[in-house]
Amino acid sequence: MDKMKHAHPYIPNEAPGIREEMLKAVGLKSVYDVYAEIPERLRYTERLKVPEAFTSEYELRRHVEKILSKNKTCAEYLNFLGGGCWQHYVPAVVDEVVNRSEFLTAYCGANYSDVGKYQARFEFNSLMAELLDVDAVANPIYDWGDVAGRSIRMASRITGKNEVLLPATVCPQRLAEIRQLCQPEEMAGAIAIRFIDFDPATGRMNLKDLKEKISGNTAAVYFENPSYLGFIEDQGEEITRIAHAAGAQSIAGVDPISLGILIPPGSFGADIICGDLQPLGVHMNAGGGQSGFIGFKDEEVYIAECPLEIYSIMDTVKEGQYAFAEVRAERTSYGLRDKGKDWVGTASGLWTIAAAVYLSLMGPEGMREVGETIIRNARYARDLLSSLPGVKPVFTGAHFKEFLLDFSETGKTVARINAALLERRIFGGKDVSTEFPQFGQGALFCVTEIHQREDIHRLFEALKEVL
Amino acid sequence: MKGIKLRNYHAAKYDEPIIMEMSVPGRRGILVPPVDAAIHGVVPSAEELVPPAARRVHSPALPEIDQYHALMHFLRLSQMTLGMETGIDIGEGTCTMKYSPKVNDQLARLPQMTEVHPSQPEETLQGILQIIWELESYLKAVSGMDAFSFQTGGGAHATYVNACVTRRYHQDRGDLARRTEVITTQFTHPCNAATPATAGFKVIILPQKNGYPDIEALKSIVSEKTAALHMTNPEDTGIFNPKVDEFTKIVHDAGGLCFYDQANANGLLGIARAREAGFDACHFNLHKTFSSPHGCEGPAAGAYGCTEALLPYLPAPLVVRRGDSFHLDYDRPKSVGKVRSYLGNLEVILKAYSWIRTMGPEGLKTAAEVSVLNNQYLEHLLMQIDGVSRPFAEGHRRFEQIRFSMEKLKEDTGFGSHEIQNRMVDFGIQSYWLSHHPFVVPEPFTPEPCESYSKEDIEYWATAIEQACREARETPEVIETAPHRQAVNQIKDFSQAEDPDRWAITWRAFQKKRNGRR
Ligand SMILES: Cc1ncc(COP(=O)(O)O)c(C=O)c1O
Repeated sequence: MDKMKHAHPYIPNEAPGIREEMLKAVGLKSVYDVYAEIPERLRYTERLKVPEAFTSEYELRRHVEKILSKNKTCAEYLNFLGGGCWQHYVPAVVDEVVNRSEFLTAYCGANYSDVGKYQARFEFNSLMAELLDVDAVANPIYDWGDVAGRSIRMASRITGKNEVLLPATVCPQRLAEIRQLCQPEEMAGAIAIRFIDFDPATGRMNLKDLKEKISGNTAAVYFENPSYLGFIEDQGEEITRIAHAAGAQSIAGVDPISLGILIPPGSFGADIICGDLQPLGVHMNAGGGQSGFIGFKDEEVYIAECPLEIYSIMDTVKEGQYAFAEVRAERTSYGLRDKGKDWVGTASGLWTIAAAVYLSLMGPEGMREVGETIIRNARYARDLLSSLPGVKPVFTGAHFKEFLLDFSETGKTVARINAALLERRIFGGKDVSTEFPQFGQGALFCVTEIHQREDIHRLFEALKEVL
Repeated sequence: MKGIKLRNYHAAKYDEPIIMEMSVPGRRGILVPPVDAAIHGVVPSAEELVPPAARRVHSPALPEIDQYHALMHFLRLSQMTLGMETGIDIGEGTCTMKYSPKVNDQLARLPQMTEVHPSQPEETLQGILQIIWELESYLKAVSGMDAFSFQTGGGAHATYVNACVTRRYHQDRGDLARRTEVITTQFTHPCNAATPATAGFKVIILPQKNGYPDIEALKSIVSEKTAALHMTNPEDTGIFNPKVDEFTKIVHDAGGLCFYDQANANGLLGIARAREAGFDACHFNLHKTFSSPHGCEGPAAGAYGCTEALLPYLPAPLVVRRGDSFHLDYDRPKSVGKVRSYLGNLEVILKAYSWIRTMGPEGLKTAAEVSVLNNQYLEHLLMQIDGVSRPFAEGHRRFEQIRFSMEKLKEDTGFGSHEIQNRMVDFGIQSYWLSHHPFVVPEPFTPEPCESYSKEDIEYWATAIEQACREARETPEVIETAPHRQAVNQIKDFSQAEDPDRWAITWRAFQKKRNGRR
């Protein structure tokens, strides 16, 4: 110990004399009198095999900056990757607020101390409710795939049925998470997954196939709009009607940044709506900005079956004030353990504040405009790139920010094309040739409001060279 | 406590309106990039691009606010939040509310982190892949495990991963049909019961005896049905179970797996490890023990570690090193698959990495030692307060946290840990957390004075408890109506949050239910 002549900056009680004083007060010779509770055989007596500490904050900073400089960024490179994590503009005010120490470091403090956090959450729920057109929104969880799985589990508990129908075009990564939550079929309470075909021209769900496959066993029909592959699923209302007629729940997965111009599923009666908050003011963070939101009808059964925390605005002793409290707190796994609904835990709370600030800044006009810019930029890009010889859009119907191009006829693989684009400092569209081999050499391009015309042309020119 | 003066504190209180009430038609918080004029000319309008059935008809009733006042509103809400850094946060036990170094936050805000897309080619992610790989090697050292996955989005998520790994392991051996039970203990975090239940297992909760999980009960419960044991040590009570390796042996002998929830590891860094106690797997909460900030409940990460035997089942991909470069290994046929998209919350992983590099082997161990010593000191101060007790395991020391009881105070005054909780925040410190349910310890509270807190902080915190307990006896009206110096408004009737006709989960629901508007 005497090597350390000074207290560690993060350990105030390491200052000379303090430990001795505390030991004396509690009547111990050493903290190892406490560790005597651990039998010798369970003690670790070696020096931990981790590197020696940096001797200053400056050295640490230099070291980490050097490692991180090996990452290439979407600021240096022109990025067309999307597919679940998307590059959108993050307003300065959003960063300013989420980096406030009070929000960044708060945890479980409740209505007696962290009332500002409670109000911000209530506002997040309220803003999202307007976007989704529902009356109830819960505190979010890990990401879209996880919350989709939980929505399906909710539907299964609500209906007492154990089969879910998904579009065959569902995002594979989300599907993997859904599968995890629906369990292998030999487990008690497993939910079977069946897939609905799609229209090859537009990607939209084949309603005939849906009607054939839906049955008295169906707990829910889940669909995505816009879909993972970019196309717009405009049959939400009809899908919901078919689901309801069979006694099933209608679950919609949405990209919230589309909802200034695309129909909110609440308005056609979808029962549960889920998606990812990341587009609403959260940086990509290499995938660390994901947050799965969920909204549903304000009916007791949804609140009862929702595994996540839910808050209510509360009447106060003095009229005209606001207060907030957790709704039916005892129903979650914190209260009921294995008898609770699934589970809840620390997940992505900070991003609710980012989304609340984002939506407050954008307002109805901002959300409409960003939707318009995205859909038009993306269409421009799809048309332009499709004019390249051998490049074909897989779906020719409406799409939002993503579109799937098939490069098969160019004789080159997406892998090779993307490698060549990389040399030109471009991250090309996501290679989906393994996820969806039926679409050939498919690349999923993402174009948003951050792309300017010259960016799209730079991609076009680069592809011209490469192909 | 002599010589400690409680602060004459008052929280900021702005009586902020709900943001919807601030709306004035035509105001704008930010302008959005318009489509380029040249694109405008050649691409149909957005309306034409959206099929009629998919068009939004009514624009969302979001507020219209200028930028300055939107910022002001949220800054005020932040000031009406105590958080961890302005109020000594000793009270949130099991949560390890340690200082989150600012330098780590700043590093995580570099564009080399924030402006990176997770699907970028590996060669453009070498920095973060290296961080993941190195952090894995450090956590291997701290736990004795052979491999780690960082894919989860939180601690409970890691316990869920264990349930999935358990499932896959027994499935792989053709044994899943009969391995249907997971055992956990009463004082282990509830997620260890909830996540195996979600994964399809039947959960058995071991009772406790004098604060220790009952080993005789375990012997009578294990069978060929046992799939796994999930437990913490020390448990939420701060009591260390010295027979932990006997527990793991009993379960192993029955063919089950043993998982160690190490969210309570702060007092054990460099002192004791999962490996020596016989566990097959464990998890650390990087947002607790390894200093990443709690962020109003996330982003978080539960680092899940396991032995060689379970490595094939870990969620894919894993980061592997070949020569000087780092790669993502997706070719893992026995993997449980994914539990979260991409590679997890990498900003949390970076912060944990930086923290370990700032601590080193010596610093990690010192953090553990000081956290345990701090806890002894807090206990010493609290146990002098009339009305406070520490049930169970008399004669045994607790580690980094303790579940105390205010049962006697309640008997004496009618006020228990709920009422005192409301008063604590009047002294400018974060209040305390009580306990998970069910309350085995009556009138519980669970402080954890980890290494970030000074002797003065601990004394201040204990003085606040002492003062509140004294008020319960001498000036009960002060406790009855607490808090007095907080931004919070007094709730009329908590049953409102139980009643579908009266709860209002969103502003629009509030309008409908309260005002009959819309
Ligand atoms: C012992 C223990 N295990 C698990 C958890 C769950 O972690 P998280 O909240 O990150 O899901 C906690 C968090 O409070 C904990 O204290």
